[in-house]
Amino acid sequence: MQKKSLTQEELSRRWENIRRNWYKFSRNPLSITGLVMICIILFFTIFAPFVSPYPESAGKFINFYEASQPPSLNHLCGTDAFGRDILTRIFFGCRYSLIMGVTVLLLIVPVGVVLGLIAGYHRGSWLEIVIMRITDIFIAVPPLILALAVCSVLTPSIFNAMLAISIAWWPWYTRLVYGIASSLKEEFFVKSAEVTGANKMYILFREILLNCISPILTKMSLDMGWIILIGSSLSFVGLGAQPPTPDLGSMVADGSKYLPDQWWISVFPAFAIMLIVLSFNLFGDGIRDTLGVERG
Amino acid sequence: MRLPVFYFRILEVIALTNNILFVDHLEKYFFTYQGIVKAVDGISFFIKEGETFGLVGESGSGKSTVAYTVVGMYRPTKGKIIYKGDKDISQDSRKRPLAIKKEIQIVYQDPGTSLNPSMTIKDILELPLKVHNISKNHEDRIKKVKELLEMVQLPVSYTYKYPSMIGGGEKQMVAIARALATNPSFVLLDEPTSALDVSVQAKLINMLIQFQKKFKLSYLFITHDLSLMRNVASRVAIMYLGKLCEIAPSSEFFKNPLHPYTQMLLSSIPVISDEEEALKPKKIISKGEIPSPVNIPPGCSFHFRCHKKMDICSCEDPIITEVNEGHTVRCHLYTK
Repeated sequence: MQKKSLTQEELSRRWENIRRNWYKFSRNPLSITGLVMICIILFFTIFAPFVSPYPESAGKFINFYEASQPPSLNHLCGTDAFGRDILTRIFFGCRYSLIMGVTVLLLIVPVGVVLGLIAGYHRGSWLEIVIMRITDIFIAVPPLILALAVCSVLTPSIFNAMLAISIAWWPWYTRLVYGIASSLKEEFFVKSAEVTGANKMYILFREILLNCISPILTKMSLDMGWIILIGSSLSFVGLGAQPPTPDLGSMVADGSKYLPDQWWISVFPAFAIMLIVLSFNLFGDGIRDTLGVERG
Repeated sequence: MRLPVFYFRILEVIALTNNILFVDHLEKYFFTYQGIVKAVDGISFFIKEGETFGLVGESGSGKSTVAYTVVGMYRPTKGKIIYKGDKDISQDSRKRPLAIKKEIQIVYQDPGTSLNPSMTIKDILELPLKVHNISKNHEDRIKKVKELLEMVQLPVSYTYKYPSMIGGGEKQMVAIARALATNPSFVLLDEPTSALDVSVQAKLINMLIQFQKKFKLSYLFITHDLSLMRNVASRVAIMYLGKLCEIAPSSEFFKNPLHPYTQMLLSSIPVISDEEEALKPKKIISKGEIPSPVNIPPGCSFHFRCHKKMDICSCEDPIITEVNEGHTVRCHLYTK
């Protein structure tokens, strides 16, 4: 009985904390705009098969009777050279973009954070030197170029594109966490835990990691947009998702052949990419302001 | 510096009696790009069981380094730290047995940085209980955390608060509760009151004295506040540039200070009444600043600022001599 009431006390504290943060977040109309946009995008993405007007357009589908139609009431964003509805393909394309963003983050955040923690905590030892010099090598090459290079070695597919972006992106998390961990390492609360006899796992993942959570969350929400952008860029040059997969980047690439006469084929997917990236950036800025992180 | 043989023998005898801590020629050097910083340069002292040993010194004299070395944050460059007569603890905390870590605890100067800002008070106090297996399960620990909070006179409702939500004095109380959570026998107090205002200082000092009686604790009390030292410590040591100038029982220390540096420090305590003025040594104008520990002056490190400077002081380092019982001084004035 007692345990239950105690955990309730703890829960109510947490709840209060969340409410305070939500209040701070909701003061900024831009971050709310970002959140609302993300929610709308998520709705259309998750329920794409039900809300899109021509679900069959998502895959291998050819209808030359309706090829290259300009935007109309039947096809709000027009159709492409094969007669596929652009709006439908945008909904399904957002799916791939979001899956790409989430998967890449899930892959790189644990790896980058753990490496950063280890390197930061062992500052001055060979472990730091090895980890951070490898990180420096990856950071020296711009992420898009590195992703392009990795992709061109592998067979082009959406999974290999994700892998390529992950390889290009993890060092940034290592650097971020390394910076914080190496300064926290000298703090007295870490020293105190060491002197009391806490083991290394506790010090790394409780004492230090807890203080890195806000910057990591902020960086994740800002990076989501970037990763989607790079994924689309890879698809644009043909190294990402392969036809007939409805990917926003490859849709823009397809449409660019028909510019400027049939502008709708590439402009609408490009606009969708912009909306996704914009909404995640606004949301990320809001998170940064709420959690009080100085730099992203 | 060579010490007479009998001096070592005295120290050996002292080490075997009821001392909680015995520090023998402890040295801690830091190797930096500017040169070797001799933060602690061969100091020896002992702390009896149940007493408060005061360590006084200016900023930069190395007194905190002594505390950090004793608690195991640094490994000594040279010298020995003996705990309870037979346990050699001259290593850093990673190599010390858990039982020793349980016995020696520390309270840091600034409670703002010694408590993790993103953990609740419960999490902070729980750590020593978990590490040393003091409470078996979750419920037990929460009960013990609340007991600790009550012990330092903090409301139980602070259990789930974060350190940023409570005041500076209250944070220091939490830090003391954390130090006492493992039921230690020796606590290092590294200027526990210097970051707090005067009313809280008094409360905290009273509490520390109470705990000392209740749990039979021994303290190493570090401060630069001499008037506070007078009320708290039973023996006082003065530290200057990594070396001990004078060790004396508290009453003797304030009545009969021998080292010129001690005299200078005591004469610079601000007083308000004439009676108090009569109690302390004649006014000696303190001059100069503590030199950088990177290039320590030759001879006696204090000779630049000393008002009784002799020719020998600038070339030869004085040895430690026992003037009265338990009253040792490191000065050329008393070697002959």
